[in-house]
Amino acid sequence: MSPLLAHAITITLVLYALAMATGLVRVVRGPSAQDRVLAADFLYVVGMLTMMVLAIRYDSEMYFEGAMLMVLFGFVGAVALAKFLLRGEAIE
Amino acid sequence: MSPLAVPWTEVAVGLLLVGSGVVVLVAALGLLRLPDFFLRMHAPALASTLAAWVVTLASILHFSSRGGGLALHSWLIIIVLSITAPVTTIVLARAALFRRRQAGDALPPPLDGEAARS
Repeated sequence: MSPLLAHAITITLVLYALAMATGLVRVVRGPSAQDRVLAADFLYVVGMLTMMVLAIRYDSEMYFEGAMLMVLFGFVGAVALAKFLLRGEAIE
Repeated sequence: MSPLAVPWTEVAVGLLLVGSGVVVLVAALGLLRLPDFFLRMHAPALASTLAAWVVTLASILHFSSRGGGLALHSWLIIIVLSITAPVTTIVLARAALFRRRQAGDALPPPLDGEAARS
């Protein structure tokens, strides 16, 4: 791997970390519950992208399975939380 | 090795990755700064569509350039993501509409004929 690509990967990971910190601010501050769910789902997507960048960084295709699992768990988690928001209010 | 001797695939992969980082940061800033939930909802789509496609393209380019033929594993991630992301968004939007209606807050105007024309 050339130094150019290594630097590009470092810059990308730093940008992802900044984005995740920004999303975390929304999770903590979010005025309503659906804001928090939306931001948590965003964090899942950025985590998945981080896995794919790490696959390139370490030249290993094993990371793709991790990324795949993060996509699936992020989907299941977000839908479950949204369903809970719907049903929790309906019971009250 | 002189700086110009970098293979073009590595240059392309680096550019694509940095571009995806910028797009993800823009999405995060939109998530932080937009004023309303239904506006904020649009921002993360940027990360789960454009940025994910660009990173997939970069990884296909990188793993194909190592030899051993075209490496297309990461299409699977994109396919699954493009099926699940709209479902998540729709379910969350319905939950948000429901909760706002329950709380009696202001709702966005409906999209059907009468209200859209008036």
